[in-house]
Amino acid sequence: MKQPRTLFEKVWNPHVIVARDDGACLLWIDRHIVHEGSFHGFGMLDHDGRKVHRPDLTFALADHYVPSRPAFARDAEAEGLIATLRDNARRHGLAHFDVGDPRQGIVHVAGPEQGLTLPGTTLVCGDSHTSTHGAFGALAFGIGASEVAHVLATQTLWQRRPRTMRILVRGKPHPHVAAKDMILAIIALTGAGGAVGHVVEYAGPAIMALSMEGRMTICNMSVEAGARAGMVAPDETTFAWLAGRRYAPAEVPDDWRDLASDAGAAFDRELVLDAAEVAPMVTWGTSPQAAIPVTGVVPDGDAAALAYMGLAAGTPIAGTKVDRVFIGSCTNARLPDLRAAADVLRGRRAVVPGLVVAGSMAVKRQAEAEGLASVFIDAGMAWGEPGCSMCVGMNGDLVAPGERCASTSNRNFVGRQGPGARTHLMSPAMAAAAAVTGAITDVRRLA
Amino acid sequence: MRPFGVVNGRAAVMAQANVDTDQIIPARFLRKPRGGGYGQFLFADIRAEPGFPLRGGEVVLVGGRNFGCGSSREGAVYALMDAGVRCVIAPSFGDIFAGNAAKNGLLTIAMPVEGFVAGDMTVDLPGQVIRAANVETRFAIDPFRKRCLVEGLDDIGLTLEHTAAIAAHEAAVPGWARPRS
Repeated sequence: MKQPRTLFEKVWNPHVIVARDDGACLLWIDRHIVHEGSFHGFGMLDHDGRKVHRPDLTFALADHYVPSRPAFARDAEAEGLIATLRDNARRHGLAHFDVGDPRQGIVHVAGPEQGLTLPGTTLVCGDSHTSTHGAFGALAFGIGASEVAHVLATQTLWQRRPRTMRILVRGKPHPHVAAKDMILAIIALTGAGGAVGHVVEYAGPAIMALSMEGRMTICNMSVEAGARAGMVAPDETTFAWLAGRRYAPAEVPDDWRDLASDAGAAFDRELVLDAAEVAPMVTWGTSPQAAIPVTGVVPDGDAAALAYMGLAAGTPIAGTKVDRVFIGSCTNARLPDLRAAADVLRGRRAVVPGLVVAGSMAVKRQAEAEGLASVFIDAGMAWGEPGCSMCVGMNGDLVAPGERCASTSNRNFVGRQGPGARTHLMSPAMAAAAAVTGAITDVRRLA
Repeated sequence: MRPFGVVNGRAAVMAQANVDTDQIIPARFLRKPRGGGYGQFLFADIRAEPGFPLRGGEVVLVGGRNFGCGSSREGAVYALMDAGVRCVIAPSFGDIFAGNAAKNGLLTIAMPVEGFVAGDMTVDLPGQVIRAANVETRFAIDPFRKRCLVEGLDDIGLTLEHTAAIAAHEAAVPGWARPRS
């Protein structure tokens, strides 16, 4: 009888080209996506006089430095990086979804939309949130610039086989509890370094009931638990979502139907969570692990985080005044995210400044067609051009020093949204609730 | 890559857990060309705080759990290297950070850090030993990573020794795994 195997093993094993005695494995990479920040990797390639080995498997997308409001002050340096990507794509013969292209968007939103992310494949990108693509049953992870150069030159990567961890989410969540709340609850449980060295498979009825967009939100933040990658077994939801995508196969290959972990497959670690016990979550501190139910109080113990965030231990997190709201990022800027936010904002006004940035041109157009954009604009919020925007502030969308931002992004690190910026991570519906009340609010009380 | 043998010099201790790469180098500096020197950006937003442990000239940084978590930015490694740091010792590291470090000749040693204090330290990679005023301890390291660091090996050059195996694998990739034309 065959040894039961995990989803991870079923993807990893066929991609190993060389397994060295010392544990290093040379992996074949099926897809490589580059963005403006990959200029260091191209620089290394040029320095060594090397070419891109497989231009047909390499795709370029502009996202990190794209201005969300082009009418605002121009940034010559950022425009230079966008132009450098354009130049590198042209020189090396790569498909490029440039600013203004209907296929453009954040790598982790537009890539899957184009069918670049497929079950059973390996995908890398010089961005830690590449873990997002694991939602399709791909093995996908972020790499640094030297590794970008290595993949460009060889279409391979040296990796040590990671350990495996399964997180089973049972039960059924409350209607106002989103994928974002589940992953924040998971990270609060594991800690920010709790999954270091592991590939996490998310499984169980609460995960499999999620849309592809929800699964992407979950896998996206795997890296905030320290995981190398997150994965979800592909199923009919996955196949239906991929049908008709530009670069996806026309028919579902038989190989995809055999990817799910076998019964009895062994994981190095297992964790179980009940979705019914998850409340809308919000972070209070400077690490994504600092997540608590919105009904909770700010805990004691991390004086530096409390001082940075301007919070006192023992006070309820709900009611904390916010100065602005950001709805966007590779975590939460897909259509269901914008629909959830619009459901709260419809017929209401935002009482603090808000910025809503769709994850891709396709999401933006559909949101405009559905009337979601009008809901945001009528509420008094800005409706930006697709890109990473205020999640990381590289395009100039910054939170001012000392300002408090309710954000649907993935990191509340010190200085992440700008020097001195105070970030509270939450779901799109919770961010919308904060926009209409000007404070952290339990969306279940508002909806 | 600059080979790593034995380094000695001052060590600083920065004990808090989860020091992320956004703190090591804030995002606004990542647009700068590599040639300009990244050392000036190291911990740019927090190094002026009172009691900040790095004063310049440190060769070893002793960190806390999950050091270098977060963003994949290799600029975090450039900033440390350009500021003169050759080795980081911490109980654990962000996976991507540790990979980036190895590719640039920055040694990361994962081990408990109790007992390490600021002051002179010697890190001997070939011998896998750390020596400080009141500590002498051996450390473990991935053998492949050690060889690359000690010999200053070019990773891509090493991979190209496997060109035949790569070509054979490439020819056998199933049709569905290729982008539809």
